[in-house]
Amino acid sequence: MNSVKSPALGHWKLQRISALAMIPLVMWFIPSLLFSLLGNYADALVWFQSPFNTTGLFLLFITLFFHASLGLQVVIEDYVHNEGLKIASIILIKLLSILLGVLSLLCVLKIYLS
Amino acid sequence: MAEFALPKHSKVVKGIDYPLDTDSTNTRKVNVYRWSPDDDENPRLDSYTIDLDKCGPMVLDALIKIKQEIDSSLTFRRSCREGICGSCSMNIDGTNTLACLKSIEDIEGEINIYPLPHMEVVKDLVPDLSKAYEQLTSIKPWLQSNSNPEEGKSRKQTPNQREKIDGLWECVLCFSCSTSCPSYWWNGDKYLGPAVLLQAYRWIADSRDENTNERLDDLEDSFKLYRCHTIMNCTKTCPKGLNPAKAIGEIKKLQLERK
Repeated sequence: MNSVKSPALGHWKLQRISALAMIPLVMWFIPSLLFSLLGNYADALVWFQSPFNTTGLFLLFITLFFHASLGLQVVIEDYVHNEGLKIASIILIKLLSILLGVLSLLCVLKIYLS
Repeated sequence: MAEFALPKHSKVVKGIDYPLDTDSTNTRKVNVYRWSPDDDENPRLDSYTIDLDKCGPMVLDALIKIKQEIDSSLTFRRSCREGICGSCSMNIDGTNTLACLKSIEDIEGEINIYPLPHMEVVKDLVPDLSKAYEQLTSIKPWLQSNSNPEEGKSRKQTPNQREKIDGLWECVLCFSCSTSCPSYWWNGDKYLGPAVLLQAYRWIADSRDENTNERLDDLEDSFKLYRCHTIMNCTKTCPKGLNPAKAIGEIKKLQLERK
């Protein structure tokens, strides 16, 4: 067994798991979105108000912003060498991801409930 | 931050042209990076035209010919001339490789030779590898074991166990791979780089070594190991045809499996 407290392995693993999860989600989302755009506003509303699609969107947005924040953290660790600026940027990225994630979920929920 | 502007003395200027005084038609121009710490000059690219009919087949032969016949001040490392010592690693025709294994025939047009990228230069084609050697020492590249082999006997391995270090023991530590890796360029002080990680895996994979867990512990770090983003420049450039990216992948896999 190991006694390492480093977050490195967990971070690496979660980045890959979230990437894998997004393959089916994006493969479902993009054709569905295009399909719903072919119709009129009412058709789109019907699509967004289906519980199946709302669940899919929830999963997609959670995975997307989680994966993005993990990836951007790696980019910052690669290129930002000033320790203070690095930590500040990573915190900012996390907060922004949470903000945008929650905002997206609220939008989906609002349409679903409307 | 990453350095986007080049430091002073980084701009390579045009150097001296050494034309060839013969009727030979089988000639080739060799452009070589030159820099000396002894003066305050910028590095320059000297051009030597050589007669290929009177030169050995490899780029190292051309460099030796230039040093012997044209310019004795040209400085580079070399020893075995057969890809075993790892001394003559440099950037030839845009790729890090060993000058002794790179055939002149395989290069089209002028031959451009630079030192290994993103390392401090000692002189001309000689890079400062002292930090890379320190990193190698840090992974303890020797057999660690608490048990003793039978009196007077060697430590035994089955053919299958022995096979696991094939593709690893052949590394000659020329550092062509590490110096081709952007992660190593930007974070070479903390990221160990493909050459050292391949060596680390060489001992992790060795059935005779008993410190596998400690070795894996030591590498479980955001920077030492996980700066590798698998772009595989290391594998593409390795003059010995080895696969450091795979070795790094195996280390990550082992760390995942033991959780």
